[in-house]
Amino acid sequence: MELVIAITIGVLAGSGIWLLLRPRTFQVIIGLSLLSYAVNLFIFGMGRLRVGAPPVLDPSEPGNLDRYVDPLPQALVLTAIVISFAMTALFLVVILVARGLSGSDHVDSVERGS
Amino acid sequence: MTFADHLIIAPIIIPLIAGGLMLLLDGRRREAIAAISILSTLALLAVAVTLLMSSAAPEPAQTVRVYLLGNWPVTFGIVLVADRLAALMLVLTATLGCAALLFALASWHRAGSFFHPLFQFLLMGLNGAFLTGDLFNLFVFFEVLLAASYGLALHGSGRARVSASLHYIVINLASATLFLIGVSLIYGTAGTLNMAALGERIPLLDPSERRLMEIGAAILGVAFLIKAAAWPLGFWLPTMYAAASAPVAALFAVMTKVGFYVILRLGSITAEAAGGASIFYAEGWLFTIGIATMCFAAIGMLASQDMGRLAGYSVLVSSGTMLAAIGLGGTGMTTAALYYLVSSTLTVAAFFLLIELVERGRTPADDVLAVTLEAYGAEEEGEFEEAEVVGVAIPALLAVLGVAFLACALLLSGLPPLSGFIAKFAILSSLLDQHWLTGGGTISLQGWVLLGVILISGLATIVAMTRAGIRTFWTFTERELPQVRSVEIGAVALLLFLCVALTVQAGPVMRFMQATASGLELGRPYIGAVQAKTPTVPTPRPPPSEVKP
Repeated sequence: MELVIAITIGVLAGSGIWLLLRPRTFQVIIGLSLLSYAVNLFIFGMGRLRVGAPPVLDPSEPGNLDRYVDPLPQALVLTAIVISFAMTALFLVVILVARGLSGSDHVDSVERGS
Repeated sequence: MTFADHLIIAPIIIPLIAGGLMLLLDGRRREAIAAISILSTLALLAVAVTLLMSSAAPEPAQTVRVYLLGNWPVTFGIVLVADRLAALMLVLTATLGCAALLFALASWHRAGSFFHPLFQFLLMGLNGAFLTGDLFNLFVFFEVLLAASYGLALHGSGRARVSASLHYIVINLASATLFLIGVSLIYGTAGTLNMAALGERIPLLDPSERRLMEIGAAILGVAFLIKAAAWPLGFWLPTMYAAASAPVAALFAVMTKVGFYVILRLGSITAEAAGGASIFYAEGWLFTIGIATMCFAAIGMLASQDMGRLAGYSVLVSSGTMLAAIGLGGTGMTTAALYYLVSSTLTVAAFFLLIELVERGRTPADDVLAVTLEAYGAEEEGEFEEAEVVGVAIPALLAVLGVAFLACALLLSGLPPLSGFIAKFAILSSLLDQHWLTGGGTISLQGWVLLGVILISGLATIVAMTRAGIRTFWTFTERELPQVRSVEIGAVALLLFLCVALTVQAGPVMRFMQATASGLELGRPYIGAVQAKTPTVPTPRPPPSEVKP
């Protein structure tokens, strides 16, 4: 499973960075989204990968790390997802405004070499 | 738990409530919204000054005060910490907030719908970032302040602003991902995100984990250097600050200092952990980056054709100077860097406000004309009849603006007699002290480089400022006087007056900075205070079962 997660993160981050460096605003926003998915998985992975272990304590038995998975990274991922979602929405608005004002979807608002 | 203890969270709560209230009000009730904004900013200033006063108290229990959010024990909850450095930054932010708000109330706040709420949320994010003692919470406050800053950067709209903001948002979203990668690496190895607990756990890590932790810290450092606009991560800054509306740009002057603040803070905490050498200042990298930033900014200043970009590059100069100074290390250097931070932030903010006043009523064609005149050496003499010069040669308003411009030029370039000079002199003198007078040896190569670059960047500043000043105030282009209201001049005057006050009261201020710097040097008081803090009221439920991550 570690290998699958690692490859997934790598592919997502790689495509994200590639798209981030492209000249069209739409490519940039997709790149940022992919990058943030990669980062979310990465944070999740930093809490160690376990199968079939709940992140919630069972009140009927004493806490034991053999039975539970670290809940904190999952909380961090939730926060990160919410924030990156909000930022993406805000960025979309800015992209649309830039497109409307300049008539171009180039990141510099000017077409090059046309 | 007394009232004074709860005061620590007030700098976050006040703007949050004020901003929320404004959103509930109908957008047409501008007076009510403006009144809330003024009240909240003044209250922030009062709270910040109170915190600063109590942190300056001699008894050590008062200097670092810890606030447990939700009364959770330190191991589980998030803490807010108000020490001297945090209180200093709070006062600086609140002061800038007051000046920028005063300026904006004249006209700028009517340029868009949500100026005041966004302004309050930006203040909230800044205050939170200064107060928090938890790395992930720091990320959240960074995002709060960035989200507000995106809105403010777009305030007033226009193609230049939208285009500059587009770049600004992309860069900051990318740096947020770096921030998260760094934070999660640190959590994955050290098992905590509490800054004080990190300071304790880092020495106990085994070498393989330690290496991973350092990689995480380095990635985190890159994210902060983007915020501090250090070379080569700061190319976005001049364009973006030049495009932003004046009061917003003035408040943004403190935003690059957030990056610097966090580097200083984490550096001080981990310095203790790593046995003297901080993992954040490793191998002189911070020094090199600072010097490169200063060189780049000095060249940029000389090359900039309009005053907005000139001011943007002066932000970079101050960023570079501070990074180089703390990169070199030592209490004296940190003291000088802190004094420089306050002085340069106030100056740059005043300069941004002033530029807008001077340039008001100017068209871009004026700049082009002035450059052309300069380039071709067009003769200006003989164009005017003698009879025309009999009246007032320079109108009173331009004279006032000119004096303010002169003060800004002196402050930015670090010429006597104002606080800019004292700040640079303090850096140079601690440089000489450290390596020459007391050390008994010669000044190190790094010391000479810093000395040279500081002096050269000062020279570049004065050349660029003189050129801009001549072009603006002494050329006889036919233009109408800018329409300037007295509150706007008042905001500039307030900031410049504070710089003068810093000059006059340099002794006490410097002593305070020294106490701050020596408190940081140890890192131990901070860690000790946070670890010793226990929930005040006995919790009604039995304590949570022992789960160590």
